[in-house]
Amino acid sequence: MTVIEIKNLSFSYHKQKILENINLTVKEKDFLAIIGPNGGGKSTLLKLILGINPVKEGTIRTFGEVPKKNLSKIGYVPQNTNVNTDFPIKVIEVVLMGHIGTKKPLFGYAKEETMCAMGALAQVGMEKFANVKIGELSGGQRQRVMIARALCAHPQILILDEPTSSIDIDGQKQIYELLKELNNYITIIVVSHDISVIMKYANSVVHINKKLTHHDTSSSNHFCEVEMFNRFKEKK
Amino acid sequence: MLDALSFPFIQNALIAGLLVSMASGIIGSLIVVNRMVFLAGGIAHTAYGGIGMAVFLGLPIFLGASVFAVAAALIISVITLKHRERMDTFIGLMWAVGMAVGVVLIDLTPGYNADFMSYLFGSILAVSQSDLYFMGGLLAGIIIIMTFWYRDILAVSYDSEYANLRGINVKFFYTLILVLSALTVVVAIKVVGLILVIALLTIPVYIAEKLSNTLYMMMILSGIFSSIFTVIGLAISYEYDIASGASIILVSAISLFLFLGFNRFMLK
Repeated sequence: MTVIEIKNLSFSYHKQKILENINLTVKEKDFLAIIGPNGGGKSTLLKLILGINPVKEGTIRTFGEVPKKNLSKIGYVPQNTNVNTDFPIKVIEVVLMGHIGTKKPLFGYAKEETMCAMGALAQVGMEKFANVKIGELSGGQRQRVMIARALCAHPQILILDEPTSSIDIDGQKQIYELLKELNNYITIIVVSHDISVIMKYANSVVHINKKLTHHDTSSSNHFCEVEMFNRFKEKK
Repeated sequence: MLDALSFPFIQNALIAGLLVSMASGIIGSLIVVNRMVFLAGGIAHTAYGGIGMAVFLGLPIFLGASVFAVAAALIISVITLKHRERMDTFIGLMWAVGMAVGVVLIDLTPGYNADFMSYLFGSILAVSQSDLYFMGGLLAGIIIIMTFWYRDILAVSYDSEYANLRGINVKFFYTLILVLSALTVVVAIKVVGLILVIALLTIPVYIAEKLSNTLYMMMILSGIFSSIFTVIGLAISYEYDIASGASIILVSAISLFLFLGFNRFMLK
């Protein structure tokens, strides 16, 4: 089943073309990695899929509809989770934010919501930290909390923007192992720099630098890496 | 000193001090976690233009100051949401123009001799009954808003991009925080004055921040600390006959230094 379908998508910001004629199909339970240089348009593409930026040229369909309609089916883990670490907020409260937008009680948190948030924390192995201040966690732990927040809404697709950019090697491995596990029942899209790590986990890779390169095109400098990777996967 | 409590103006001052401390504890926490301290300073100084206008037109001071402060909050909200990169320039401009308008209008008011100092450094001993109603009403409004919209305000303050994604109206809540800040600044001007408003909104919050795991805890603690500092500051100002606003702020600042010192040497 196709969960995301992007056709002839272009996007400009201040008259500068950021994305040009992107075509991409994501199937259910794919583990897609999006690689490419800084400023190549990776994050912009995510924002279009998430409906944060409006689509002006081309089309994006998530579950066959415009992105705004299916926001609750997509979990999002933003890029930099090391901002605002002084903020007085407990881990569980961060996770509970995942519920916002769905039905909620007049004030405070409903029991089911808290249970569900604890469940999401358990899924990422962070339930012991529920009542710890978010700033006291390490970068890797914080990233897992952000994943739990996204899982809280029971998404069918999980989108992560550079999930390991500020985490040590061990932490990175744990995050990817966790994603691999989650991939058993949800579709995963990861934006990343780090091809070597991604190669072990993703089942398809696209390269974005204004244009999108699949393995069968031959115009990009990064052609070799992507091509190599996909061949490597086919052999397996 | 306790017999001072029998004077109605001292009673009013105490009640006003406590109401404003609670309001500034809650709103000060929001200002600090949203990194809006400079914005609040801009609003406070713009409010001086409103004080000038009220004096010139013979309107109630709170009304004039509130109109200017809320207008400033709305302008700042539009600017920060649209032209974030030029925000500091606009705020600096409003800051200066607001003050200038206030000074000119007060100069133009015939026969007006009341001292500027009372607005710059506060005049808590001159709080009237109607001032108390305004302060009480504001505090009640703030508590109601915080109770029902706490989750949304928390989400917008902690991670506005994610809040937007979850369908929260970030612009609305951001503007709401600024408008509440503006009204709180106006009542705080009465207690500690324009110059010291920022200190009242931030010093107790800095201490509370270190002791809190959650935003509401930070708000409650800030309100309590602020109340204690205000009462002690008032007592000292009465005993030694010094300006109440400055006395409150110095008590707060000394407490902050003691707290930071204690925190460093005892808890580490």
